[in-house]
Amino acid sequence: MTMLDAPTLAENLATDAKILARGVTVHYGAKQALNGIDLDIAGNRVTALIGPSGCGKSTFLRCLNRMNDTVAGARVGGMVTLDGEPLYGPGALDPVLLRMRVGMVFQKPNPFPKSIYDNVAFGPRIHGLFARKADLDEAVERALERAGLWHEVKDRLHDRATGLSGGQQQRLCIARAIAVDPEVILMDEPCSALDPIATARVEELIDELRDNFAIVIVTHSMQQAARVSQQTAFFHLGNLVEVGPTERIFTAPEHQLTQGYITGRFG
Amino acid sequence: MPTVGDDHIVKSYDAQLKTLRDILARMGGLAEAQLDMALAALEARDSETAMKVKAGDAAVDACEQQVNEQTLRLLALRAPLADDLRQVVAALKVAGNLERVADHAASAARRTVILNDNPAMAPTRSLVRMGRKVQVMLHEVLGAYLAYDADTALAVHGRDQEIDEMHASLFREILTYMMEDARTITAASQLMFVAKTFERIGDHATNIAEMTYFLVTARPLDRHRPRRDVFDGGV
Repeated sequence: MTMLDAPTLAENLATDAKILARGVTVHYGAKQALNGIDLDIAGNRVTALIGPSGCGKSTFLRCLNRMNDTVAGARVGGMVTLDGEPLYGPGALDPVLLRMRVGMVFQKPNPFPKSIYDNVAFGPRIHGLFARKADLDEAVERALERAGLWHEVKDRLHDRATGLSGGQQQRLCIARAIAVDPEVILMDEPCSALDPIATARVEELIDELRDNFAIVIVTHSMQQAARVSQQTAFFHLGNLVEVGPTERIFTAPEHQLTQGYITGRFG
Repeated sequence: MPTVGDDHIVKSYDAQLKTLRDILARMGGLAEAQLDMALAALEARDSETAMKVKAGDAAVDACEQQVNEQTLRLLALRAPLADDLRQVVAALKVAGNLERVADHAASAARRTVILNDNPAMAPTRSLVRMGRKVQVMLHEVLGAYLAYDADTALAVHGRDQEIDEMHASLFREILTYMMEDARTITAASQLMFVAKTFERIGDHATNIAEMTYFLVTARPLDRHRPRRDVFDGGV
């Protein structure tokens, strides 16, 4: 199961990869969570990672901006590159700079207990991106605009972010992530705490953001993966079972495991 | 390993899919029976049986309606994917083809009633033979569809050309009768129409073969049917 068959692999590797992963392994202590993943993340596309709980999809996602570094006992092996620059090993990108280029949005909206403005301005400030207040104001407005939140919050930028609705908070977190102008956005089940309308807004946002970013989304909702992504990767027990164009994965998956999972026969 | 035909975690989903298949199985059986009766009526010059075929068409239409409703329900409530999605889409298309098959059988039966008012024509025997061949095709393709048998579907698909050739040769034969004796024109033209309905039923069986192949393999059957024009030069 660790080996992909030739056509799937070719389909997988024939992209203009933004992020390239080869033989990625992750151990949590003695337990191996990922068994050598080869996967390319294309630019200006949404890649969905699906699979049952514990399959390694979130673990893989967290390899893409070195989030696993923060987990005690976690070891990452193999190779991951962003535009050809290694994320791990000798000559690796600085993790702080890496995370500026690869933003992340989590399952539960997690705004800082600060104002809406300060949440979005947080990244640009710590990276010292703008010297002038006017430039920072403009960056905050642009990020909120791109996150589709500007019109809802422009008159209360200095209210506490925690007063926003769950859906607004999640879009604020997306605004915060894109305020530093990353190249890749990682999303770990970004809609699982949202109602269907808020979910639709985030999905519409993902669609728009795809013009400027590479997006990788982990989702438990097969329908969401089908709706928002162009490429889908199915993980199972730490292996990448199948990856391909989303439409093909959901109409004619090649592997029986994929078929069984997406049609609700196991998982 | 879980795959096509295996149970889902949610049992009511399986129940809904089974309902869909059950309607299709019943509809297929009805359409076959309609064709069988239409052929029997044609062969035996039996207008009473022909009238039964006309009356029987409504039951097939009702089945199609049920398939449409069940398909819509499954799409709306279950959002089927992969083989389930192909199953539901195939059911909708197969039902459409079966409805046409039954229509053609009813049309053949109507023409049989007119034929029975005229003197018997010798080409009727060839016509019945062609109809029986189409009937076998239909029977086999429905079996393949319900059994997820792509190989049989492929085999049936390849036999459509044979039907087309029989149709062309029958056409020429009937034409000869018309040219020899103008008094046969009424009956002969009815025979030609009946031959056309059988040829069309063959096409619908071929469509069902294509849907079956797609359902099982997830790949479209090469649409390149051997479409050599069988009427070339002859007529």
